[in-house]
Amino acid sequence: MSTILEVKGATKRFGGLTALLDISLGVAEGEILGIIGPNGAGKTTLFNLISGAIPPDEGQIVFDGERIERLAPYVIADRGLVRTFQIMKPFGGLTVFENVLVAAFLRRADPVEAAAHANSILEYVGLASFSDRQSKGLTLAGRKRLELARTLATDPKVLLLDEVLAGLTPTEGAEMVALVKAIRDGGVTIVVIEHVMAAIMALSDRIAVIHHGELLAVGLPGEIAKDPKVIEAYLGKEFHAPD
Amino acid sequence: MIRLRQIAAASSRDLLILLGVVAVLALVPLGVSRFTLSVATAALIFALAGIGWNVLSGFAGQFSFGHAAYFGLGAYTVAVTFTKYSISPWLGLLLGGLVAAIFGLLTGWISFRFGLKGAYFALATFALAELLRLTFNNFDYVGAGVGIAIPLSGGDSWGTLQFENTPAIRYFVALGLVALGTLAVIVIKRSRAGSRMLAVREDEDAAASLGINPLRAKLVAIAVSGFITGVAGGYYVMFLMFIDSDLAFGPFISVVILLRPIVGGVGTIWGPVVGAAVLSILGEVTRSLVRDPPSFLQVVEGVNGLDQVMFGLILVLVIIRAPDGVIGLFRRFRKRSSQ
Repeated sequence: MSTILEVKGATKRFGGLTALLDISLGVAEGEILGIIGPNGAGKTTLFNLISGAIPPDEGQIVFDGERIERLAPYVIADRGLVRTFQIMKPFGGLTVFENVLVAAFLRRADPVEAAAHANSILEYVGLASFSDRQSKGLTLAGRKRLELARTLATDPKVLLLDEVLAGLTPTEGAEMVALVKAIRDGGVTIVVIEHVMAAIMALSDRIAVIHHGELLAVGLPGEIAKDPKVIEAYLGKEFHAPD
Repeated sequence: MIRLRQIAAASSRDLLILLGVVAVLALVPLGVSRFTLSVATAALIFALAGIGWNVLSGFAGQFSFGHAAYFGLGAYTVAVTFTKYSISPWLGLLLGGLVAAIFGLLTGWISFRFGLKGAYFALATFALAELLRLTFNNFDYVGAGVGIAIPLSGGDSWGTLQFENTPAIRYFVALGLVALGTLAVIVIKRSRAGSRMLAVREDEDAAASLGINPLRAKLVAIAVSGFITGVAGGYYVMFLMFIDSDLAFGPFISVVILLRPIVGGVGTIWGPVVGAAVLSILGEVTRSLVRDPPSFLQVVEGVNGLDQVMFGLILVLVIIRAPDGVIGLFRRFRKRSSQ
């Protein structure tokens, strides 16, 4: 499998605080890469660098063979690298359908084609019956699905999902995991930030651990769970996995 | 598939409403005085200017407090090209729209590029309109403080767009322009460009994360908006047969323009037209009340400016009771009665 997204030596400082230090990380086409780390580790900052919201101080970001670290967010999205936001940003004054329609227009100018595409996406994520609702009236789980639906409607190559499971009930979470896996099986590469350990272990093909802005470990979920450095970062020095 | 049919149905519903509204408004000249007809013509002209405002401020969410800039540029373009170069006002309307659109693109590019939003953008638009007013007031080429009078050609002429003898035609042309403007808005609202304007209004960062260039969406909005309002200003000259810098660029003109869609319903297709109708009728009612009051209101007869005060008070009440405009009020009412 080829590498579709690669972060090379990315560093970001906010004044005296080094949010990310020399992060190098590759994402293979078609995989689900999980990114975990304690609060404030720099996970969302990494997404902000990749999606163009803020430029890195050092390092490169290569997507689909081209450097993107100086491009505007909309250009990056237009190339097929699309993110969701941890703090969701639905278009509150628009209906669920109109929210997804905006995204569907990215690859099609014809209103009827775009509407058809938006419908099929809403069907796919299970929001079809909410089409005409105002998006601000949705439940948390509904808003997370809407964020996902909007990004999907842009026909992305790579999706960056920022905490799509947080705050969901176990049932809703399981549905979301199944949905994300189905999206990957449809040919979309996925990078996902998550707090919920059990969920991300089940979801990801590989996991990267970020701690204090540094990349601590990258590996298969089974390896990561046993890695002493990771356990230390999450649970403190005194704890060790039983042999 | 059901939804697709709904969309087609919604579009054809808007078009049917447009036909119906035009048909009803086309009957107005039959039963009214020459004076009322000229009030109705002015109402249509400002409805058209409001349709333009609504594209930038209602759809794209960039509140303009200076649409007199576009209105006045359209007006002066028609006046200058007609009086100095004998260019037909028909072409003048088109040129006026283009000049206003280009002015919108240039000033919009600067304003949006430097991130002006909300009250700051509104202030910038206000300042630009004032800048134009003062410039034109001192610019000899356009008549400076004296303004420009359109020479009467005498009688009716389609070529020079003058209808001395048949004011009904003057009204019908205004109605045709409003119909075209509304048609444009119906198409834009369902188009990719319109969808992007709404997205940028709701949340610029989210819009950009979906591949939309917010600057470009706003520039499209300001160009379309300027064009429509510029055409309205151009036709206003052929209605008044005169223009000066106050009538073209005065702050009052900006207020008159933005009040129509705000009273009717910001960001709705029919808001500007409904608002123009409501405000014109309200204005005429308060005026005639002061001119010729019923017996129990004899005291108000002929009191100078009282009609304006009443107009203002009623306007405040309407805005308090119907913050989403008349159309929003209608929608809320329909929702409640359907539950």
